[in-house]
Amino acid sequence: MTKDRAPFLLLNEEQKMLAKTAHEFIRERAPAARIRAFRDSRDGVGFSRELWSEMAELGWLGLQIPERYEGMGLGFFDLAVVLEQSGRELMPEPFVSTLLLGTQALLLGGSEEQKKALLPGVAAGETLIAIGYEEAGSRGDASKPVTVAKDSSDGFELSGEKLQVLDGHLADRIIVSAATSDTGYALFLVDPTQSGVTVIRQSRMDGLNAAIVRLERVRVKSDAVVGGLDAGAALLGAVFDRASVGLAAQMLGASEQAFTDTVDYIKEREQFGVPIGSFQALQHRAVSVYTDIALTRSVVLAAARAIDESPDEVPRLASLAKAMGSETFMHAAKEAIQMHGGIGVTDAHDIGFYMKRAQSTYMTFGMPSQHRRRWAELHGY
Amino acid sequence: MTGLEAFRAEARAWVRENAPKSLWETSGSGPFEGYWGGSKCEETDPDLLRWRDLGIEKSWTAPAWPEQYGGGGLSREQENIIHAEMKAIGVPRPVAGQGLAMFGPVLLDYGNDAQRAQHLPGIARGEVRWCQGYSEPNAGSDLANLQLRAVRDGDELVLNGQKIWTSHADLSDWIYCLARTDPNAPKKQMGISVVLVDLDTPGITVRRIDLISGYSPFCETFFDNVRVPTANLVGTENEGWTIAKAILGHERSSIGRSIARQPGSAQREVVARARKHLAVPEGAIPDPLLRDEVASLGMLEEAFHLTLARIQQSAESGTPGPEGSITKIVGSELKQRRFELGMQVAGTQGLGWEGPGFDADDLQYTRDWLRSRASTIEGGSSEIQKNIVSKRVLGLPEGKK
Ligand SMILES: Cc1cc2nc3c(=O)[nH]c(=O)nc-3n(C[C@H](O)[C@H](O)[C@H](O)COP(=O)(O)OP(=O)(O)OC[C@H]3O[C@@H](n4cnc5c(N)ncnc54)[C@H](O)[C@@H]3O)c2cc1C
Repeated sequence: MTKDRAPFLLLNEEQKMLAKTAHEFIRERAPAARIRAFRDSRDGVGFSRELWSEMAELGWLGLQIPERYEGMGLGFFDLAVVLEQSGRELMPEPFVSTLLLGTQALLLGGSEEQKKALLPGVAAGETLIAIGYEEAGSRGDASKPVTVAKDSSDGFELSGEKLQVLDGHLADRIIVSAATSDTGYALFLVDPTQSGVTVIRQSRMDGLNAAIVRLERVRVKSDAVVGGLDAGAALLGAVFDRASVGLAAQMLGASEQAFTDTVDYIKEREQFGVPIGSFQALQHRAVSVYTDIALTRSVVLAAARAIDESPDEVPRLASLAKAMGSETFMHAAKEAIQMHGGIGVTDAHDIGFYMKRAQSTYMTFGMPSQHRRRWAELHGY
Repeated sequence: MTGLEAFRAEARAWVRENAPKSLWETSGSGPFEGYWGGSKCEETDPDLLRWRDLGIEKSWTAPAWPEQYGGGGLSREQENIIHAEMKAIGVPRPVAGQGLAMFGPVLLDYGNDAQRAQHLPGIARGEVRWCQGYSEPNAGSDLANLQLRAVRDGDELVLNGQKIWTSHADLSDWIYCLARTDPNAPKKQMGISVVLVDLDTPGITVRRIDLISGYSPFCETFFDNVRVPTANLVGTENEGWTIAKAILGHERSSIGRSIARQPGSAQREVVARARKHLAVPEGAIPDPLLRDEVASLGMLEEAFHLTLARIQQSAESGTPGPEGSITKIVGSELKQRRFELGMQVAGTQGLGWEGPGFDADDLQYTRDWLRSRASTIEGGSSEIQKNIVSKRVLGLPEGKK
């Protein structure tokens, strides 16, 4: 934050309306208990395509997509408003893959043809885009893909294996990182129905859907490159910054919901003849979660605002939002389970899904210590 | 340009033209930094005094108070803009202190016309300094347990008892006290009144108390048959608790805002000390664990500033959020962590008390670190703030505390 002027951190009237509508819609139509149902049904999809289409009709998927690609032409801030609400109920729909990774990669680095071909479908809820960057042994460092892109006559030949590609099991396009030289890499758009592509669904604890994507000499044309040939690192870095902010918005919503449920519970549950919420040991810890959430809300809103209005501030604020969002969600989830007692560790209760998601989001796009290191570097120490 | 933007331009120009250059970048411009005034003030810095005079002349020491009481007659938003513009260049407000930040606003709300006319102009001009007579030996966190007695005798009140931890009673002219006017009230929060007392009144003894930092910012204040006119009662007799809480509300947010200083300054300060004491003139702090802690501090600081901004913005748009109560809790933790880290990086150079082998900055820092231990106690301890949030904001049931 510069000392002259703080960013505007409130929602305008339309955004307040949007938050309210999304909150009600999601609470009614997409409760967190769905995670258990999807897991148990093993239906091969893992989320609701119908719901995704309905949200497209409501305009939510195209909020940030420019009007010339059939979106609403609003900002990332507006998208963050919906993301926060989607986080409250841990929605497994492809927000992160399609809206935060795929769409941002196209908006930041895509050619006019690529954007025209794919973004209208995203806004309409028809096209899903995933990004594959994680590999065996990459351990959160996407900067040195083993997957390679070999020059071939009219394009490239991609070989390698990507792990835990979110929504890779159903994506219409998968953007993969592949080395183009000893030091550089690029992002390539791959159609998973192409020969040489094998997609194997993975099952994770957190209710999000992922897949292994194996590439065996997959031929793509040179117009499949997203961004420049050696520009993959810069582009993917910028995509991760935005995705971190979006994910932090979801973590904020999830923290808020886990916390609200917990406060409600400790008001009701009685032991020793009184509500357990009357015990100061629990009250003070609850306040500590509350203050963490309030701080996190400020940094998430500031980071989302920066994406729309002050791009220079994005790296710093994205790291801040991701680090704090992760710590806060983890804190809220641990306290939620502890304050629920035995019921909190049963599969029958939804609160455990918040714990699982807290762990998965903590590890996604860099864990807090990595973001603190980056913050220190950005501040010159 | 909207009206407010035009006003911002005007405020910016005025502040930058008039604030003496020596005061730039010296302050976080919180309500408790700079010139506190009062008849016992011994301030001699000519620039600070000139800045005070210019502020008074412009009526910008209390921008949002009514003009008839020495204020500028401006709106809250305009006042915020003026303070933000001072903060932007790091100059203190022309006049600071409890009178402006805590007592004055409450007297405006609860006092009568005569009291406002008597007291507010002197505060706005920095001529009369006020202190707070709340705490007593047996009434700290449990403030409502206070025992200072005020007994009516004709049109006078006679005060007997003791206050403690009275910050700057030795430098103040007046004290606003909580006194027990009805010892038989059914609840201890009832039967308390707010009484304004001139500290020169016979029967008052003020004794300074030394702190671990070596400073003596607070005092014991004894009342022995102190007679004050009943006209000095604020609001309704025996219903002072509401007023007391209103002042505490201003105190909490003022402490939070005072701690805030400039965005990024805590991180810069700790990094600078690390560079000095670890002999790392530039580049990364070599110890990754220490660097991680500094980054945590920097992140908390940024989050705190953004949260203060968000609270202020929502107050301006007419819907103050419950987050206001967190400023005291988080701000005081931030302050303590900043000094803890600043001390850690200094190693044994942070251990000096006075004399050779230590430079002035380090000696000052050590004392400021010691002073920072009070930040989670003063103005209502962190535990008490958490009790308040859990009851008022989270709606948790009261229990045995
Ligand atoms: C620097 C400084 C300046 C001050 N200036 C003034 C001033 O100008 N005027 C004035 O009137 N007072 C002033 N005070 C007094 C201050 O308001 C009190 O110190 C404070 O309210 C705590 O009261 P106490 O010191 O009696 O501690 P206690 O109330 O005895 O508290 C001791 C410990 O017990 C904890 N505790 C107490 N009750 C509870 C509870 N219900 N639940 C959980 N924990 C609890 C407290 O949090 C604290 O940790 C000042 C204090 C300081 C440190």
